[in-house]
Amino acid sequence: MNMKVNIAGVEWKNPVTVASGTFGSGAEYADFVDLNMLGAVTTKGVASVPWPGNPTPRVAETCGGMMNSVGLQNPGIDLFCKRDIPFLRKYDTKIIVNVCGRSEEDYCEVAERLGNEDVDMLEINISCPNVKEGGIAFGQNPKAAEKITRAVRKYARQPVIMKLSPNVTDIAEMARAVEAGGADAVSLINTLTGMKIDIRRRTFVLANRTGGVSGPAIHPIAVRMVYQAAKAVKVPVIGMGGIASAEDAIEMMLAGASAVSVGTANFHNPAVTMEIVEGIGAYLKENHIEDVGELVGAVS
Amino acid sequence: MAEKKKEIAKVVSQELLADGIYSMWIQTEVSRTAGPGQFLSIYTNDASRLLPRPISICEIDKAGESVRVVYRVTGENTGTKQFSQMGAGDPISVVGPLGNGFPVEEAEGKRALLMGGGIGVPPILELAKQMTCGKKQIVVGYRDAHTFLKEEFEQNGELYISTEDGSVGTKGNVLDAIRENNLEADIIYACGPTPMLRAIKEYAEEKKIACYISLEERMACGIGACLGCVCSTKERDHHTNVHNTRICKDGPVFLSTEVEI
Repeated sequence: MNMKVNIAGVEWKNPVTVASGTFGSGAEYADFVDLNMLGAVTTKGVASVPWPGNPTPRVAETCGGMMNSVGLQNPGIDLFCKRDIPFLRKYDTKIIVNVCGRSEEDYCEVAERLGNEDVDMLEINISCPNVKEGGIAFGQNPKAAEKITRAVRKYARQPVIMKLSPNVTDIAEMARAVEAGGADAVSLINTLTGMKIDIRRRTFVLANRTGGVSGPAIHPIAVRMVYQAAKAVKVPVIGMGGIASAEDAIEMMLAGASAVSVGTANFHNPAVTMEIVEGIGAYLKENHIEDVGELVGAVS
Repeated sequence: MAEKKKEIAKVVSQELLADGIYSMWIQTEVSRTAGPGQFLSIYTNDASRLLPRPISICEIDKAGESVRVVYRVTGENTGTKQFSQMGAGDPISVVGPLGNGFPVEEAEGKRALLMGGGIGVPPILELAKQMTCGKKQIVVGYRDAHTFLKEEFEQNGELYISTEDGSVGTKGNVLDAIRENNLEADIIYACGPTPMLRAIKEYAEEKKIACYISLEERMACGIGACLGCVCSTKERDHHTNVHNTRICKDGPVFLSTEVEI
């Protein structure tokens, strides 16, 4: 039985990684998860300089999910390279660095800097709903998305995954745009923009008023969008959005994802990623499937 | 590697202490390493409520392998309401102990003030039990005559109470109780709502007294990964590399001079 997958030339030992922002750089979860068991670790978004993020409250629970408006707080690329990459390199897993920025130059600077670092893939976050500049500004317009993909691709040495926003009218068009710009893979979905109001205080629950909704509540939306994106492009799709079990992960792969990311579910069960890896293996065995790749897009 | 886990612990007992305030003893491995001021992530049995509730530890019984949490039910149809409906023998999922607690040893030989307000009162109990200091002065503030944990506090130090409605002790807040009783201290430990902590921080810094405060904030992961719960810091934080720090991981207890609240 083969659990390995090849994502844009990088071989993962299994198709399971974590969604950026839910797992830090792995250090905290390493107490709960054997990181060697993951196909890859996707780190929290990092920018050229440290970002302080948004005011609190930054998180809120919703029915079957949660909202966040952390605002891409990060320690900046220098400390990240010095501290987080060597930490992750101790483990037998691939490293995917999520990159954020306020301008095209920001993204390119970080991508270029990471070219000299021992990391396996870059994931370019053009879909954060919680910052005013950058982020989603590039992720809701196909022309802007294609342009920034092309720019980053020029500076990057590692394969580039473009992370797409679900807050668009036509996800297939966005996927095709970044593929045209040279993306080696796409990942989706980032969070859906939401709002929560405290009726006792008559105030917004999150300091930023809006935030990104994630968790099992959004899973069917993610499955639909992954299906549409996978139909639209030839490059591999990394599917995410509300995956909380092996069943959810398999569903995402059947919809067309070559690999999956587990996000909010880590907060509910810190060991869920390992359980999902084992659960996918058990499903293959039970169904006499030789290669996990046979699941990809196998819905009919 | 990967030595921590979400544990399926067991409820030992559940008791209503005051209006909306419950006490629950939980048999859990957390008891082995827990200290005062640390907290537990407690999960509901309802999969639609994903996030753990961070609840401070009120008492630790190492011999009985149990910890006690005293918590407020925040409303109908809430996670804490579900906790309050659990009874002896029920399974309950927990992760812990989490965070950095109160540095008990700092009070050695000193005159200490242990201050709690509202639902920040419970963690002061285990602190009072473990503390060996020159003079142990416990000052706790309540809304009204529902002075939960009062008897336990009386057994563990000199107790001063303030109530908002004046029904017990000093009318007003914990600082009013300090002034009314002319209490003096070399070190302060405090847990409570942010306005109370802000006032205590100001009081301590004016009097140049070392002061440890336990902060709260909405949390998601509870272990320092998501950066959901942060507070502003005076200096650049070693981990985040910006002027804020993670309450769940680097707190919830901070030296008052380190944080800006």
